[in-house]
Amino acid sequence: MAAPCVFCGAAASYRLFLGGRVSLSRKQGVWKAAAAELQTGTGFQILRLRHTTGVTTKKNIAALRHEAYTVDFIKKQIEEFNIGKRHLANMMGEDPETFTQEDIDRAIAYLFPSGLFEKQARPIMKHPEQIFPKQRAIQWGEDGRPFHFLFYTGKQSYYSLMHEAYGKLLEAEKHQNQLQAKGLFSEKTKTKDLIGSRWLIKEELEEMLVEKLSDQDYAQFIRLLERLLTLHCGAKEEFVQRFRRSITVQSKKQLIEALQYDEQGTAFSTSEGKRKSAKAEAVVYEHGSGKININGIDYLLYFPVTQDREQLMFPFHFLDRLGKHDATCTVSGGGRSSQAGAIRLALARALCSFITEEEVEWMRQAGLLTADPRVRERKKPGQEGARRKFTWKKR
Amino acid sequence: MALAATVPRLLRAGVWHRPLRPHLLQSATPGRARPGGRTLTSAATPAVSEPEGSTDVSDKILSEPLKHSDFFNVKELFSVRSLFDARVHLGHKAGCRHRFMEPYIFGSRLGQDIIDLEQTAAHLQLALNFMAHVAYRGGIILFVGRSRQFSHLIETTARNCGEYAHTRYFKGGLLTNAPLLLGPTVRLPDLIIFLHTLNNVFEPHMAVRDAAKMHIPTVGVVDTNCNPCLITYPVPGNDDSPPSVRLFCRLFQTAVNRAKQKRRQVEALYRLQGPEGPGAGGRGPAAPPSLGA
Repeated sequence: MAAPCVFCGAAASYRLFLGGRVSLSRKQGVWKAAAAELQTGTGFQILRLRHTTGVTTKKNIAALRHEAYTVDFIKKQIEEFNIGKRHLANMMGEDPETFTQEDIDRAIAYLFPSGLFEKQARPIMKHPEQIFPKQRAIQWGEDGRPFHFLFYTGKQSYYSLMHEAYGKLLEAEKHQNQLQAKGLFSEKTKTKDLIGSRWLIKEELEEMLVEKLSDQDYAQFIRLLERLLTLHCGAKEEFVQRFRRSITVQSKKQLIEALQYDEQGTAFSTSEGKRKSAKAEAVVYEHGSGKININGIDYLLYFPVTQDREQLMFPFHFLDRLGKHDATCTVSGGGRSSQAGAIRLALARALCSFITEEEVEWMRQAGLLTADPRVRERKKPGQEGARRKFTWKKR
Repeated sequence: MALAATVPRLLRAGVWHRPLRPHLLQSATPGRARPGGRTLTSAATPAVSEPEGSTDVSDKILSEPLKHSDFFNVKELFSVRSLFDARVHLGHKAGCRHRFMEPYIFGSRLGQDIIDLEQTAAHLQLALNFMAHVAYRGGIILFVGRSRQFSHLIETTARNCGEYAHTRYFKGGLLTNAPLLLGPTVRLPDLIIFLHTLNNVFEPHMAVRDAAKMHIPTVGVVDTNCNPCLITYPVPGNDDSPPSVRLFCRLFQTAVNRAKQKRRQVEALYRLQGPEGPGAGGRGPAAPPSLGA
């Protein structure tokens, strides 16, 4: 039979090869391994070519797509992250014990400078809990019995929440009926607890339950909670409060700077102002003769153009305090006009400390206290400028 | 001899849970000489010596209740009088009657169908017995009902017996496509109990058909407008009145809890007797004689 001959032939050639002393020292290992393979194979087998192709059936591809991160995988990632953090601290020459997330971000930005515009495409190094989406562990025990009694509904957390809320509603109704029967029922308004808070939004609820919800589910839940609230039961408040978030009420009032006093006892007030890319800081003194210093230079020399000086004058002129205050300003960025606008805003804000509330309201209505939001509009492709189109040719 | 008697009894009970072991067969015929190698049948000397202790005990635990017709004594939980007091006999109007419910209807009074409580009692006893056996063997029981009025009650019942409930919108492939919807290695329920066989639009609940497809036995309270065909253990009765539904929930809960308690008792008993060898087996409430093995 051909096979044993081939085998002998291969063995013979191998021996010849080695005998020729062609092989280098590092190749000997390879040949030795090959020889071992040859010898371990049965007499009728040649060196078997072991080829591993990535055979993926359709089923495997589908499984890979919905791959879940196992608990062990996440634990391993957390360990690797902690070790990496210490390495990074050593690299940057800082103490590994007190290396915070901000330090990590700075270190990564320093070591891997990236010119990419998309912030999320730049290299990041964060704790695995912030990177890998939160998932649920296996929902059943060894014997296959699920842990939660509403597991077979599909949305166990949401439905158990509805069950709990409805249970509380029934209890509250029963309690109310009992009070009414005894005649102790009193109308109480509890609306004051709700001011300054809002119901949590659908995304927040999904995050809380680690489950996908539909809009109708969310609406149903909110309706149930509102119905619970109408029952005026004190014990249910904490349950409902879990689903309310406070909204920071932004005060629309103008923030008036406090007056400060320097060594001589003169009062002064400091404020900031912005316009386009210019930033300004102004210090206005209570008593003065109308002198304005900008970056150490007199305003007449800093702003040769009349228009800019008029802008500086406007707040004082509006309040009829033209020659009564001294001002020292610092400004950076922007151009001539925007620097003037920034200083004007800073002066107006600083002046609020010296005037009455009514005058502040007048200033606000005049537009002196509003930051100008206009910025340069970008140029669009297919047009010559932001708005200007190319010359239209009829033919 | 005793073995020959139990075999048809087991078959009658509708369960053939495990093929009889060769050594049991051999022990039943002690006088037979060992046959030669050529005439080997399954009654020859067993090649493998099984670990006698654990499998024997677990076999006994599982087979003992099957030898009695009412091991858990579910008959005492209800009576025809108690069913009548809970208004279980009240059906819908004659116009809503389903054709296949006619055998279970006693008659019609002023246009309202009355369900035959004698039949109901018989069916209910079978259903409770089956449910108790499933719970005894550690099966997963799923309570299904789609009436919003009783949704909370059904879920509380399920929670109190340590089983599962589904009284919400039933997603299409929940039973038939469970590996995709619930997880790759999910275990499906071993018994589905319907408190309401119809859904909110008065059509048969999808779980009835899906359970039949997936070979899951069902117990269902069927009213006069329901289709009892695909339900393994139908219980003709009223599913709309609160006292009736409360009675059914209470009965199911008691049966399941009793069965689980019994299981715990029997296991504790065998654990105590384990090292000494199995003594008198677990006694049912009727205390029948145990099999001489």
